[in-house]
Amino acid sequence: MLSNLLTLSIGAILIENFVLVQFMGICPFLGVSKKVETATGMGLAVVFVMACASGLTYFVNLLLNLLGIAYMRTIAFILVIAVLVQFVEMFLKKSIPALYNSLGIYLPLITTNCAVLGVALLNVTKKLGFIESLVYGATAGLGFTLAIILLAGVRERLESSNIPDFLKGMPITLITAGLLSVAFMGFSGLSF
Amino acid sequence: MNKKETFLNGLFKENPTFVLLLGMCPTLAVTTGVIDAMGMGLATTFVLICSNIFISLLRKFIPETVRIAGYIVIIAGFVTIVEMLMNAYFPALAQSLGMYIPLIVVNCIILGRAEAFASKNGFLPSVLDGCGMGLGFTGALMIIATVRELLGAGSLFGLPILGGSGMSIMIMAPGAFFTLGIILAVINIISAKKKGGQEDAF
Repeated sequence: MLSNLLTLSIGAILIENFVLVQFMGICPFLGVSKKVETATGMGLAVVFVMACASGLTYFVNLLLNLLGIAYMRTIAFILVIAVLVQFVEMFLKKSIPALYNSLGIYLPLITTNCAVLGVALLNVTKKLGFIESLVYGATAGLGFTLAIILLAGVRERLESSNIPDFLKGMPITLITAGLLSVAFMGFSGLSF
Repeated sequence: MNKKETFLNGLFKENPTFVLLLGMCPTLAVTTGVIDAMGMGLATTFVLICSNIFISLLRKFIPETVRIAGYIVIIAGFVTIVEMLMNAYFPALAQSLGMYIPLIVVNCIILGRAEAFASKNGFLPSVLDGCGMGLGFTGALMIIATVRELLGAGSLFGLPILGGSGMSIMIMAPGAFFTLGIILAVINIISAKKKGGQEDAF
């Protein structure tokens, strides 16, 4: 069981990295990666929401299967995620204001982060159990955090480097992300 | 804005992919082949037009405070329809697009147009806006896919053109980032030249 979970985690963080290999959550990856600090905040918020969403959608999926309306999965999952994000925001605001102040602004953005809906759907396709879903959600979020912090670190340095005009901004960011992705391809040798 | 401008706006001036940089996930993920890119583009266009129509018709009835949730439910409904239609009539395409079909729900182009355009405009402009934005997205996806498939697999629409083999990195994950980065750089060069040219003219 434990080695199984470890394999799942390494897979989610490195081998099948959500951002650099599976292209999920690209919008925040490119949009919120100007500074390491904000990137870390976004990353942690995503880890939290992805873990919660994985656990919650596991039960929603059971319910849908029980009722025989599995084709409603997309609608049900996106609604659950939207409501979950709203609740997390309200809960943090009330009970942990310090955490809310650092993560708050990223939370509304997460509803349309396709990594969250993606992980919920992948849990179903991979037929993962409850604990496995939770672990897969959290570690996939960690993989996202790793990727966005790496990119933010490089982008902070790019600010002060001499880049040709036509590459400034998005083009050089995408090429950087491409190089990161090349590096992550190396991890595919780890697959069991 | 007249009708022609509304339509052409999405194709060029505010192209969702190359100018607004929205909907990046499918842009990078399904552009390994031109057929996949076209399928994804047209599926998104269909959802975009339908959701624009519905939201523009219902815009006076959806309460302001829950409008985003309302839009998402409308969009998710059409995505489910597309998913079922593709599974029924194009099973091979549905197989290769995989989970990126349900992920059309969270494509920010669709929610973006619902919020920025359809909720403020009538039926006809919303249809035209949906068509323009959708086709602009499809076109952009097909341009990226053409480059990647030609260089990566040496083929086009699945037909071998350059001997049927190529640099496989172009159809793997890094190739997507490189291709989009280089296309954006080329657009930057062209628009800088255009500006320079206009200044010369004055």
